[in-house]
Amino acid sequence: MSERTIELEILRYNPDTDEAPWKQTFTVPCQEEWVVLDAINYVKDHLDSSLSYRWSCHMAVCGSCGMMINGEPMLSCKAFIRDYGRKIRVEPLSHFPIERDLVVVLDDVMEKLPRVKPYIIRDEEKPVEEGEYKQTPTELYEFKQYSMCINCLLCYAACPQYGLNEEFIGPAVLALAHRYNKDSRDEGRDQREEITAAHEGVWECSFVGACSEVCPKAVDPAAAIQQMKIASTMDWYLDRLPAGLGTRIKTTLMPRRTAK
Amino acid sequence: MSRNPYVRTVSPTTWYMRNGRYIRYILREVSSLFIGLYMAGLAMSLMRLAQGPKAWDAYVDGLSSPVALVFHALAFVFATYHAMSWFNVTPKAMRIRRGDDYVPGPLIVRAHYILWGVVSLVILVFVGVL
Amino acid sequence: MAKSNKPIVWGLFAAGGTISAFCVPALILAHGLLVPLGVFGENALSYERAKAVIGFFPVTLVVLAVVILTLWHAAHRIRITMHDFGIRNDQIVAILCYGSATVFSMAALMGATAI
Repeated sequence: MSERTIELEILRYNPDTDEAPWKQTFTVPCQEEWVVLDAINYVKDHLDSSLSYRWSCHMAVCGSCGMMINGEPMLSCKAFIRDYGRKIRVEPLSHFPIERDLVVVLDDVMEKLPRVKPYIIRDEEKPVEEGEYKQTPTELYEFKQYSMCINCLLCYAACPQYGLNEEFIGPAVLALAHRYNKDSRDEGRDQREEITAAHEGVWECSFVGACSEVCPKAVDPAAAIQQMKIASTMDWYLDRLPAGLGTRIKTTLMPRRTAK
Repeated sequence: MSRNPYVRTVSPTTWYMRNGRYIRYILREVSSLFIGLYMAGLAMSLMRLAQGPKAWDAYVDGLSSPVALVFHALAFVFATYHAMSWFNVTPKAMRIRRGDDYVPGPLIVRAHYILWGVVSLVILVFVGVL
Repeated sequence: MAKSNKPIVWGLFAAGGTISAFCVPALILAHGLLVPLGVFGENALSYERAKAVIGFFPVTLVVLAVVILTLWHAAHRIRITMHDFGIRNDQIVAILCYGSATVFSMAALMGATAI
């Protein structure tokens, strides 16, 4: 195993004493196969135990170690030291307030998440005796990709529209709404559109596509949002057809749509 | 311990200079200015055509002016960039079912490029040869 | 939150974006560059020829569809771009953009029907 020494520049912020964030550089001896998270752990263990950051699984599953690495939103457990130069710059995720050091405030997204009703909605729940809601592999495949989100929020740090307008519901939450809209067991699209088809929903997106490029789980929120724009546009026109024609088309073409 | 989160601000006028991805995006968006101006000109040319030979010939002569040529050269570059950026993301907006799976994205993109080539050829033949 | 009325303009934007991606590069190349540079000969855009071709009803329809949809595509995207450049008077920008698209669409319609 070979070693490599890096200069790790970390943006520090102590809410009790600091007016503004400031940069601190640590010299870290790294193993060849280390990821940036390992280097940060080294700083915490050997150089400065006051450093605050979130991490848990070290294997791109928990979604808690997201940060800006050389200006790019990344999971620090997935960013290999060997892919960078001698100097690596680490900052908390963009577009979120800094709680302390590399820890950001996630309240905004956590508040938005339940608003799109990310759970299966039925017009009428089937009695338990009648058994489970069955789903074919094809029906599962329809939405599986959008269910892979680990809420790491790299997409929010990458999305300039969220950075400019915090009201925007944003990539991950919209993708999750799409995941339930596409679920064969669900009948809640109309209810979700109250949020997703509003200005602050899909219409705040200008399709920069950055969310999908930085997503570590290939969820592709940009695709979900574009598909929702098309669906919302069709719904908008259908809702305006005379004599209940729109509702009839909806119930014929899209049987699992609720009129409520 | 009290909370005192630090809010970093994003410049509403220069944010797109932050990285190459945003610059490519803003160039795509700026293509609309050139395409819009070009189309406004094309709309006016239909008026010229309706006004008779004199108005039309003056319009066609104007096309050879250096200003018009430079503008059209720029507009051509931006329109091509718009077309490529549009076709490259078509698989995101349209998912086409084929049996149990979806038609692969690159195939959808390639189909668009082929159709683009055909349409372009038809337009060139129409304007130039007919 | 109320549902947005963006679908009206977005539908036109999407249709115009597609049609302009297919048609506009070749259109500019042909009539904005190759014709004035003389590649297609002296009479490429002579009045009689242009009138005959563009005045032919199916061609008129296609030309109008391309021109009007592309105008709306551009208008909507310019509106978004102004926002991206930090201009936050969206109402005024929207009126100017869609207003111009309407004016030039009318010009195209009037021109095309009078040929």
